[in-house]
Amino acid sequence: MYNDKVMEAFRNPKNVGEIENCDGLGKVGNASCGDIMQITLKIENDVIVDAKFKTFGCAAAIATSSTATDMIIGMTIEEALKITNKKVVEELEGLPPQKIHCSVLAEEAIKAAIEDYQNRKKGIVVEKEEKYV
Amino acid sequence: MKQIYLDHAATTALDKRVLEKMLPYFCDTYGNANSQHGYGREAQKAVDEARDTIAKLIGAKPNEIYFTSGGTESDNWALRGTVKAMAGKGNHVIMSCIEHAAILSTAKELEKEGVEVSLIGVDSEGFIDLEELKKAILPTTVLISCMYANNEIGTVEPIAEIVKIAKEHGILVHTDAVQAMGAIDINVAELGVDMLSFSAHKFNGPKGVGALYIKNGIPMARLISGGHQERTRRGGTTNVPGVVGFAEALKLTKQTMKEDTAYVASLRDRFIKRVEEEIPFSKLNGARDMQKRLPSNADFSFEFIEGESILFSLDIDGIAVSSGSACSSGSLEPSHVLLAIGLSEEKAHGTIRFSFGKENTIEEVDYVVDTLKNTIQRLREMSPLFNLKGEIKNV
Repeated sequence: MYNDKVMEAFRNPKNVGEIENCDGLGKVGNASCGDIMQITLKIENDVIVDAKFKTFGCAAAIATSSTATDMIIGMTIEEALKITNKKVVEELEGLPPQKIHCSVLAEEAIKAAIEDYQNRKKGIVVEKEEKYV
Repeated sequence: MKQIYLDHAATTALDKRVLEKMLPYFCDTYGNANSQHGYGREAQKAVDEARDTIAKLIGAKPNEIYFTSGGTESDNWALRGTVKAMAGKGNHVIMSCIEHAAILSTAKELEKEGVEVSLIGVDSEGFIDLEELKKAILPTTVLISCMYANNEIGTVEPIAEIVKIAKEHGILVHTDAVQAMGAIDINVAELGVDMLSFSAHKFNGPKGVGALYIKNGIPMARLISGGHQERTRRGGTTNVPGVVGFAEALKLTKQTMKEDTAYVASLRDRFIKRVEEEIPFSKLNGARDMQKRLPSNADFSFEFIEGESILFSLDIDGIAVSSGSACSSGSLEPSHVLLAIGLSEEKAHGTIRFSFGKENTIEEVDYVVDTLKNTIQRLREMSPLFNLKGEIKNV
């Protein structure tokens, strides 16, 4: 059901983990649906210098997390905000139809992490930890 | 790479001796069992022999064995056929809430046609609540359907007790014995059920062939019209090599069932013991009493991770298992069985079924546990619900 590229990304995912003292954290999905994706970002001068993920989910969720974080490292936040789920799917050369929601989750996690960064810059601290439950 | 098959509840390999028995009925004795000439008579003879063999092995009469395409068809028929035939008496059926989709989906369709359905709950190990069952009985109840053993968690249901309750009220009993046949010695006459579904490929027989046992004398509507096969109740040209293989597989299985199930149970027990001891935050689902559990089944929930990712990780390492989370089959609904025994959706998503067979070895079991430990650890390290110290994050 998965192509080789997806399986490879699942088998050897990049950017696994959590950045300590990150500049932005995005966490989306919920455990009852079987997917939670957390992306942490290190941002310098509005450029994403590092991105890491932690994901509870299926093989597609892990593969899209790996690919999406890989895509945004080195991008400005403006560029990263333009990453759509479609682009993540393209990068993976396709996902089964029932797994497209995983790529949507990746897009949402990136956007949530950047939003968190922008809020922090403005001095707004949004307590998100409990929200996804 | 080493390939280890631990999905015997899904299907099993065809026994080569069964294949040998089937082969002549493809190209040599290929007659239609309903033809009157020599070709047909020879095919008919093979079908009769297969029916006799199967009937004898399960304590039925030959004319109580109706060949079908397998478990799903048998389940569909049992429900639809009874409801239709009993329409004059009532329109209420009772079943456990952990039945296979072949029963539950059929019941849902019947509901749309005006049939009333009561689903009976189960306890945390998956045993049907007999008190709830008794209370659900109405004057209009025509059928109780309860699986002999659950396909996901391996719990063996108290069918004899259900039969006792049903008989007091003159209600028919059907049991889906697709998982139980070949693992448990079943005698339909002693058990007292009115209908029983079973399927050949679960015990090293061919795919696409099964049967519904229908006790003589019970009201039952026809499934497929248009042919004289199966006493005109299930028309269609008989799958001669299939039924020959079906009978041979059941015969061979029964011959060594005692030794084989004891051996398979020993593999299961070692696996369960090691996983429980060596993998933290893992929980065995289903019956704790191993006498009331299928000898082949070990179903585990691994907290903080999702089942499909475990399945594909093991698959990469050559180990074939099945996921209890239906996400892998294209829906985000966790298994109805796991929710029924009280698992949270999150835990239900992290569930894997391991089902052992007689060709597995103790070395394979150990290799699987070792691999599984690494897989679980690796995926947990990726999970936002778990941190490396092994503490549960407050979620």
